[in-house]
Amino acid sequence: MLSAVIVLAIFGLVLAEAAPLIARVGPAAFFTDAGWQPTSGRFNLSPMLWGTLLTAAGALLLAGPVGVLTAVHGRFYAPPAWARVQRRVVELLAGIPSVVYGFWGLTVLVPLIARLAPPGPSLLAGILVLALMILPTVTLLADAALAAVPAEQLQGAAALGLGRWATVRGVALPAARAGIGTGVLLALGRAVGETMAVLMVCGNVVQVPESLADPVRTLAANVALEMAYAMGDHRAALFVAGALLTALAALLVALAAVVGRRHAHG
Amino acid sequence: MRTAERPRWRGLAAAGVVHGAALAVLGAFAWILGDLLVAGLGQVDWAFLTAPPQDAGRAGGVGPILASTGILLAICLVVAVPLGLGAAIFLAEFTPAEGRLGRLVRRSLDVLAGVPSIVFGLFGNVLFCKTLGLGFSLLSGGLTLACMALPLIIRTAEASLRAVPPGLRQSAVALGMSRTSVVRHLLLPAAAPGLLAGFVLGVGRALAETAALIFTSGYVDRLPESILDSGRALSVHIYDLSMNVPGGDHRAAASALVLVVALLAINGASALAMGRFGRRLGAR
Amino acid sequence: MSLRLEAVGLGLAYRGRAAFAGVDLAMEPGTLTAVVGPSGCGKTSFLACLNRLDELVPGAAVQGRVLLDGADVRGPAVDVVGLRRRVGMIFQRPTPFPLSIRRNLDLPLREHGVRDRAERAARAEAALRDVGLWAEVKDRLDRPALALSGGQQQRLCIARALALRPEVLLLDEPCSALDPLASGVVEDLVRDLGARFTRVVVTHNLAQARRIADQVAVFWVRDGVGRLVEVGPTAAIFEDPQDPDTAAYVRGIRG
Ligand SMILES: Nc1ncnc2c1ncn2[C@@H]1O[C@H](COP(=O)(O)OP(=O)(O)OP(=O)(O)O)[C@@H](O)[C@H]1O
Ligand SMILES: [Mg+2]
Repeated sequence: MLSAVIVLAIFGLVLAEAAPLIARVGPAAFFTDAGWQPTSGRFNLSPMLWGTLLTAAGALLLAGPVGVLTAVHGRFYAPPAWARVQRRVVELLAGIPSVVYGFWGLTVLVPLIARLAPPGPSLLAGILVLALMILPTVTLLADAALAAVPAEQLQGAAALGLGRWATVRGVALPAARAGIGTGVLLALGRAVGETMAVLMVCGNVVQVPESLADPVRTLAANVALEMAYAMGDHRAALFVAGALLTALAALLVALAAVVGRRHAHG
Repeated sequence: MRTAERPRWRGLAAAGVVHGAALAVLGAFAWILGDLLVAGLGQVDWAFLTAPPQDAGRAGGVGPILASTGILLAICLVVAVPLGLGAAIFLAEFTPAEGRLGRLVRRSLDVLAGVPSIVFGLFGNVLFCKTLGLGFSLLSGGLTLACMALPLIIRTAEASLRAVPPGLRQSAVALGMSRTSVVRHLLLPAAAPGLLAGFVLGVGRALAETAALIFTSGYVDRLPESILDSGRALSVHIYDLSMNVPGGDHRAAASALVLVVALLAINGASALAMGRFGRRLGAR
Repeated sequence: MSLRLEAVGLGLAYRGRAAFAGVDLAMEPGTLTAVVGPSGCGKTSFLACLNRLDELVPGAAVQGRVLLDGADVRGPAVDVVGLRRRVGMIFQRPTPFPLSIRRNLDLPLREHGVRDRAERAARAEAALRDVGLWAEVKDRLDRPALALSGGQQQRLCIARALALRPEVLLLDEPCSALDPLASGVVEDLVRDLGARFTRVVVTHNLAQARRIADQVAVFWVRDGVGRLVEVGPTAAIFEDPQDPDTAAYVRGIRG
């Protein structure tokens, strides 16, 4: 009840701050204006939307396979004791603050990238840091999905003389597909909403990047950077960005719920 | 022979990839934590933990910042734990698992858990700082954190309440016990480990949060005099030092180390507490 | 004191699907009624109706009446908490609370308004003696109840019900989760509680029913609904069954 109220309150309040501006300039303005100069009435959010989507998608491309493989390792390849330790470690990693990842990216990763492909703060740095951040989430949820595969099915595969990898590929992964899908979507949601880590390593230039080495700015980073001093229409535009982010996140949660439900029905 | 050869070869390659992935993950994190230790450990001592920051944080310590962080957490817990527990009890005990109301609430909780923290920051800024007139203050920040921690706490608490064997409830009712005392004397103790885990998750999330605090509790790094003062959380301090203060990296590393160790300590303590609790109940 | 319990035209449906229906059965004060029949014929459901535990299941609808000492247990003046004190129930799986042995007995007593600590302790001890558990646990009352063996747990659950001084005891397959030795102990206990309580015992063990019951009620599924097909004194049911299904069942051919 309370939670429903809070959800409504969040949407309501964020939208209420954003609505007057949207009503005045029209929703299209946020994607077609000549640029992002909110103090002079230009509100184009699309470069930042691109920034958000590209960093999140890139991170997922990296973290998805690696996370699932790590989970497979824990469930099927590692000795049980080692797997337990590994799981515990990943759990702890999931709790490390994003600002710490950001700090590490800023002091270690960015200088490294600067040497290979200047300037350093870049889409690539953002993708790498985000991938590290969502890895534990992907791993834990994939692990839970694999753990839920009925033991009889695995035994059945073993009884047919299937090897370890054949069992994983032929039985375990298909059976855990929905659970892994849910996990990946939730991780993507986290990547989309992540603020600090990305803000610290991406360079925050408002542009649609042309290469991995170009700096970008994400929607969330934009809000964090400008909220402190924004006034009037500028502030309202930031709330539009916030509403956009919320809509994206809610969409992903809804998708995850759909995927998860299909799972429940077999 | 070829048919027998290929799968074996493939299995070996797959094993290599799988082991490689796991090693890479552990290696990457060992790298991060190792860096943090190397950069931070030399600076963390009692003076660092208690002294106020100087020269925008390049020197001095994090004393007032730890105090602000503690107050933020305390406010968050004081608000979120009773509310979260109440909501979870309501959900688990008084709404059927498949009912309309329960589903609606759970759905909205999932959405809430997925809302980016920066949006919570916007929300807290409007509601607590502006509408309720609390300004940039620890109270605003703590309440914002409470909103963030609530969905986590409610969902884990509900799950652990539902995990209590139904036989327990049934036999208690058969003994003529009322619903409130079933909840109070049986369900809450039986679910305690799960509840504790939920609180720890909530605290962890609150402690790790940065984005939502920047424009709710603010930047001020002095020792706060009341909860209506602005105060700087440890995570905000790390952000500020590394982004806005040239030459602040060392102190940022030390602060990050403190933050990570605090999180690990909370996790470890709760694991210990749960272990002890499990033994006391003589779980089979 | 034991009371007369009577089901009149009793039936229960889960979401419109009848589990059992049309049961007329009188349980005289101080007697032991064994309820037997194949799985799914509604024995547990029948027992649940007797102390209104069906109310825990959403969508369960009761027909007919249950009379305790002549008064309808669903009557407007009946308070359900008091009813459940007077009609105790023991489940198939032992269900001690995850608390100490002492708290297991203490909590329900407190709940039913026994304020005096000494009295609670006395009643707990008496109940534990009744179930023959006192000697085994008197030195470890503050240890977790879950550390007891299965048979001890089940006896603790019976003691917990006895401490409330019920007049009727309902036992749903109280021995089926126990090993033969523990099962024998609980069986003897249920028999030897004797005339102090009116007892209704669901069991799948016909030999057990024969050993302990005064009267046997046979449930059977007819057209998808559980029915009471035959009831009578134990000897009559086993030696001269009237219903063909009962006859086959007690001869061990079916069921
Ligand atoms: N909570 C419930 N919801 C829906 N249907 C139920 C429920 N409990 C029992 N039933 C149905 O009612 C019928 C009778 O069940 P009941 O448990 O009373 O049988 P029983 O005779 O006790 O069986 P058993 O000997 O296996 O314990 C069964 O068809 C069962 O599926
Ligand atoms: Mg039954």
